[in-house]
Order: sequence, then structure tokens, then C-alpha cells
Amino acid sequence: MAVMQMQRISICALKENRKAILEKLQALGVMEIDTTVLADEDLQKMDTSSSRQVFEKQAVMADQALEVLDTYAPEKKSMLASLEGKPLIGQPEFHHSIELRGQILQDAKNLTEWNRRISEKQATIQKLENQTESLTPWLALDIPMTGSGTKQTVSFIGTIAGVVTQDDIWWMVREQNEELEAFDVKILYTDRDTTYLAVTALQSEAVAVEETLRKFGFARPSYLANRTPAEEKAEYEKKISRLKEQVEELKEQIRACAGVRRKLQEISDYYRIRSDKYEVLGTIPQSQNTFFISGFVPTDSLSLIKGKIGDVYDCSIDIEDVPEDVEAPVLLKNGPISSTTEGVLASFGLPKKGELDPTKIMSAFYIFLFGMMLSDAGYGLIMFLGCFIALKKFPRMGESMKKTLQMFMYCGISTIVWGILFGGFFGDLINVVSRVFFGHEVGIPPLWFAPLNDPMKLLMFSLAVGLVHLFTGLFLKGYTSIKNGDVMSALIDCGCWFLFLIGLILMLLPSSIFAGIAGTQIVFPPFVNLLAKVLTIAGALGLLLFSARDKKNPGLRLALGAYELYGVTSWLSDVLSYSRLLALGLATGVIAQVINQIGSMGGRSILGAVLFIIVFLVGHTLSLAINLLGAYVHTNRLQYVEFFGKFYEGGGRPFTPFRANTKYVDIKED
Amino acid sequence: MSLGIVFALLGAASAVFLAGMGSAIGVGVAGQAASGVVTEDPNKFAKVLIMQLLPGTQGIYGLLVGFITLAKIGLLGGSVAALDPMTGLLILGGCLPIGIVGLVSGKYQGMTSAAAIGIVAKREDQFGKAMLFPAMVETYAILALLTSVLVITNVPV
Repeated sequence: MAVMQMQRISICALKENRKAILEKLQALGVMEIDTTVLADEDLQKMDTSSSRQVFEKQAVMADQALEVLDTYAPEKKSMLASLEGKPLIGQPEFHHSIELRGQILQDAKNLTEWNRRISEKQATIQKLENQTESLTPWLALDIPMTGSGTKQTVSFIGTIAGVVTQDDIWWMVREQNEELEAFDVKILYTDRDTTYLAVTALQSEAVAVEETLRKFGFARPSYLANRTPAEEKAEYEKKISRLKEQVEELKEQIRACAGVRRKLQEISDYYRIRSDKYEVLGTIPQSQNTFFISGFVPTDSLSLIKGKIGDVYDCSIDIEDVPEDVEAPVLLKNGPISSTTEGVLASFGLPKKGELDPTKIMSAFYIFLFGMMLSDAGYGLIMFLGCFIALKKFPRMGESMKKTLQMFMYCGISTIVWGILFGGFFGDLINVVSRVFFGHEVGIPPLWFAPLNDPMKLLMFSLAVGLVHLFTGLFLKGYTSIKNGDVMSALIDCGCWFLFLIGLILMLLPSSIFAGIAGTQIVFPPFVNLLAKVLTIAGALGLLLFSARDKKNPGLRLALGAYELYGVTSWLSDVLSYSRLLALGLATGVIAQVINQIGSMGGRSILGAVLFIIVFLVGHTLSLAINLLGAYVHTNRLQYVEFFGKFYEGGGRPFTPFRANTKYVDIKED
Repeated sequence: MSLGIVFALLGAASAVFLAGMGSAIGVGVAGQAASGVVTEDPNKFAKVLIMQLLPGTQGIYGLLVGFITLAKIGLLGGSVAALDPMTGLLILGGCLPIGIVGLVSGKYQGMTSAAAIGIVAKREDQFGKAMLFPAMVETYAILALLTSVLVITNVPV
């Protein structure tokens, strides 16, 4: 349960060591740079934006080349590739790539250029294909499309809207102009709404024929080739196949470059690191011969900086506590189990100044509640094994992914324990299999009790768990107040609530309402009943009178106090909210039973066994998925809303050290 | 077969179909939003899928109550209990909370999920918080489920 103590560290060193010191700081990755405190008129800052732009451009160029490679020469990746994490690169290999960066960038340029040419050629192919398509109706024509003629006649082609026959056209023209008779119309092609024709007429009448035809919507095509359509088409197809060959060649060239993938990744990361370094360089103030750098460092890393920088270079290092009014960035440090739930905390919000880190306590409840909601030994076993194997198989997976899987692994163990307590192993798998396939039913009795047989008992237990969880939250509120020196708040906002609530519970337990729900009458000795009343009244009075102690107006103060008392309704709803522990636990068990029931419908036969196996695999996979999701969501909810609602706000700024933020590879430190 | 068993079956059926309808509407609405996000950014598939599944639980709660009811009246074991109409109606009454609340909460949880998918689309890092809003709606389905289970398990047959 700890937020790492931060200290401000300021380094003043000679300019000649600037590059070396910055690189060392980046490699160590333990310092968050914050130079805002160093503002001074006499010191100058360097403008590094143009060099940064160059580096960023080069990183982007490498990224684009990688994208091209991924398109044409994709790496074979397994489904679990996202778990693998970034490969580790040794310093010699990395430096070798940096030396070759000019050549690698040239490769990157080539790759993007080839890709550009491919898309150009593909656009041309598309265009040619469209043109070929538009030639199709004319294919029956055996003269050049521009038309031809003999001494006496002339031929031309065109289209008419609508579907018409040769005779129709002939009659239509004759109706308009009876003098025209020496012409011939040939239908080349008809589609849904256009007729394609070739017309041959006497040279002297050609113009008149065309004029007449035009009245019926005749039009010559906009593009005419000086060849027959078939020739034209063959020409296009030749062009297309040549372009396609070129595209294939280019693709082949790209594929041949697949070997530089790793180099491109390294170079991309190299420029990314340099760009980050120059960003920092642009913020640090410098004088003629020195430069200054300042930032936050976790206390336990101070010696690292002193050793690696203070002892190596000529410089002065100042270390001071972070002043009261400054929000230091937050870095959490927890034990091996509890640190796995840091991600859950971080997605709600890191502790802000003055708040404690609730991870340790939360992680215990998290694992407990998660197991109770899923509560099936079979599902727990799958979760545990799945996470365990993934963690062993991919040791280099990303940090947050690793923590999440570890968290689910622990939750899996908890689920197994709850499954044994409640007697669930893939629902009632053992009972069903033994009954259906072996004739006599055996089953493992639950170590504690089966929730379906006595839901009231589990409901009571769930609410009791909720009460413990909520009281822990309230206690942490008091603890935080005392730590921050606000004893009054601890007494009233925490102490009085404790008195009031415990009194109320003690009054509720022996009542007939509770007896009706729980089925047993609890009888307290009279002094406990009296104590309950005293506690309730004392707590209520304390809250009524003092909860709004900062208000001067007595009327307002009492009204706000009464409102605070009204908060007891939220306690009631918070406790009832834990009934989801029962509901989700029952849901897992019953869905699993339904699946087993469906599976066993085939009876005791080979076919029945096959059916059972199929239903078992498909059904329990789905059931595990949906119940896992439910358990995850509702455990988070109980932590965020009910538990944190009592004492925790969050809103701290995460610690973002200056380090080598790589995208593709991790670089090994010497 | 008595009229009682008809009422009880009607109860089981309404628990399943009402709550199932709620989930179907909810998952449908959320799925439309999720599809939109995946068109823009396929990497968010897993996260929006989780969001889409959130309103799916109502249907499962309905199934759960339906199953408990069938087990209670002995329909699954093959020996149907002789229920008088009164008991049948009691069981039907017990089935109504999860049926009706499941229908309404499933629909609204789906709409909230769709809105939360909008959060994931714009600010992926806020996934934890986004997930919480639909989970709030589900509370009432859980309370209804609880009531239904308690009533049905406690009705004397």
C-alpha cells in the first residue's frame, strides 16, 4: 500500500556533456522532466522543433515502409501474437542498424515508391478494364469504329435509347422521310435500355439518314477507335496484362525486401527515441557553458542517478522534497500479488495528493469477490491454467498485459476455491456424466453448501461480505483523515457513522423482519439492545450536529446534518448491491447445469457421448465467456462504486518518466 | 395435468421470453454502435465486443429463472408435480419481476452501452469507466432476478 515518495532533482552540468547525460537519463528512464521551475531570463532555450520534425518524418517513413511490407509480405502471426511483446535487441545489433540508417531509409523510400507505382498501375488497369467493358456491345462490328465506306456508301455506328428492331428503325425512318430508301441498319447489340447499331447509307443520303435517326435519339459514341472493336479490345488486354506483370514484379521486389523488416523497425524506434530526446532538449534552459535540467524522481532511484551521472560527469545535483503545493506524479509500488490489480485502480484514477494507495486492500477483496461471482472449480481451473501457460510461454509480453493475466490467474485460484466450497465443477458435470453414462450417480458434495439449495443463506452471507467491504472503506476514510491530520473528520465522518451503523445493525438483528428473512430468531441479552439504542442515538446526534461543522448558520448546519443522516439510505442500497454476488454465482451454476442437461439428451450411447462432448465444448466456452465478463464487470463495479465511493476520489497524475518509448523493439541495456 | 402446471409454465416462459427480448434489443442496439466503431478502428474490436455483451445478461437471468421454475415443478426430472392453480399463479407471479425488469433494463442497458461505446471510440483509455455506466443499469435486473429466485424457491409445492 504505497505511493512512491517523489523527490525533485535538479542537475546542472557542462554543455559538453549534454548529449551524454540526456542519453543516460533516457536510458535509465527514472526521471520525469519538469523544467517549468527553471524559468530564468538569462538562460536560453534551444529551438529543436525543426530537427524533431526531421526525426519524426523519418520515423513515419520507416512506419510507412513497414505498412507496405505488411500488405505484400505479411509476417505469419499466431493468434496469440499480441501476447508476445516486443523482441529484445542487443546494443551491438541496434548500433549496427543505426550506422546503416542511410541505407535502410533508402530501402524505406524504395518500398514506398514501389507501393506508389503499384497503386498507379492498378488505377490504370482499372481504367482500361472499364474501357474494355464499354467496348463489349460493339464487338460484333467488323469495321473500324470511326466508320468506313466504299465509293458510294458510308458506314457509321451509334446508339438509340430503348429496345428496337431492325424493322422498327427502317419504318421509323421511312415515316419521317419517304425519300430515303437506300440505307441499311444492322443491330449489333441490345441491352436493357439501349440498342447499338451500325448504319450504312449512300454517301449522298448519309447526312439525311443520320439527321432523321437523331430524331429518335440516335447518337454516335463519344470515343471512337480507328480499329475494329475486337482489335481495340485485344490491344487493351495486352496493355492490362503487361501492367499486371509489372505490378507482380513490383510486388516481388517488395517481398524480396522482407528481410529489412526488423531493421526498419529498429530505425523507426531509433528516430522516435531521438525525437523524444530533442523534445526534452528543447525545454532545458542553457547558459554559455552549462545547462540545467530538473524533474521528479522516485526516492529509491535517486542513488541510481547519483551513481550513473553524478559520479561520472562534472555536475552538481540538488535534491529536495516536493513542496506542499505541488502535485507530484504518482507511481505505485505494491507486492507481487496486489500489484497485479494496479491496472484496475489506474483505470478508476490514481491516488491524488494526500490519498493513500488502496491497491493492497482492494486486491484482496477483488480476488475474493471475483471468485465468489464465478464460483465454479472447472472454470477457475481453465482460467488459472490459461493465464499460467500464457505467462510462461510469453515471458516478454507487455507489462500491463502481464499484470492483467496475473490478476486473472489469481482470480482463477479464488474461483477454484469458491467452486469447491459451493460444489460446482462445470456445474453438475460429475453428477450428470456418472448418471447418464455410467448408470449410477456420484457427485462431489460441496464443502460448504450448494447455493441453489439454500439461496437465503448465501444472500445473507453476500450482504455480510458487503458490510465488511463497506466498513473497510469507511475505516480507510478515517485512516486517511488521521494521516492528513484531520482528527475531527475522522471522529465525525468516520467514527459517528460507525456508531450509527453498528447501532442500527444491532437493532435490526433481533427484529422480526430479520427473523423472517433469515429464518432464525436472534435474541440478544437486554444490555446489548440498550447498547444498540445508545450507539445509534449517539452516532445520529454526532452526525446531525457536527457533520456540517464548517457552516456558521445553525439552521443550515442542522439541515445539512440531517441530510448527512439521510445518507443511511445509500448505505442500505450499497449493501443490497452485494446481492449480485448471489445472483452471478447462481447464474454460473445454473447455466452450466442447463448445458449439461442439453448435452445429456442423447442418452447413453456413442452418439449421445459425441453430442455431449460437442455441447460441452461449445456450451461451456460460451458460458465461461459470458460469466467471466459478468464477474469482471461487477467486481469492478463493487470496487469503484460501493468501495471507493466511501473514501477514494483518485485523480492523481501518472508518473511518465523520460525514457526510450519504443514501438517495435526493446533495447537491451548493458 | 392441472391448470396449475399451465400457470407455472406460463411463468417460466414469460421469464425467458421477456428478459430474452430485453437482451436482444439491448445487444442489438449496442452492436450497431460497436459495428460503427470497428469500421473506423478494427483494433477496438475486443473492447467494444465486451461493451456489446453487457446487456446480454438479462436473457441469461431469464433463462436461469425459467430453469429453476422447470426444476421446481419437476418437468425436467420427468415427474411433474401436481400443482393446484393457486400455486401455479404464485410461481407465475414470481417469474414476472425478472421478465418485465429484464425487458426494460435490457433495452436501456443496451442504449447506455451504445453511448459507452462512444467513450471507447474517442478515449480508449477510459474503458474502465465506460464499462461502469451500463453496469449501473444492470443492478435492477439483478434485484429482480433475486426476487424471482427467492419467490420461486420458497413457494411450497
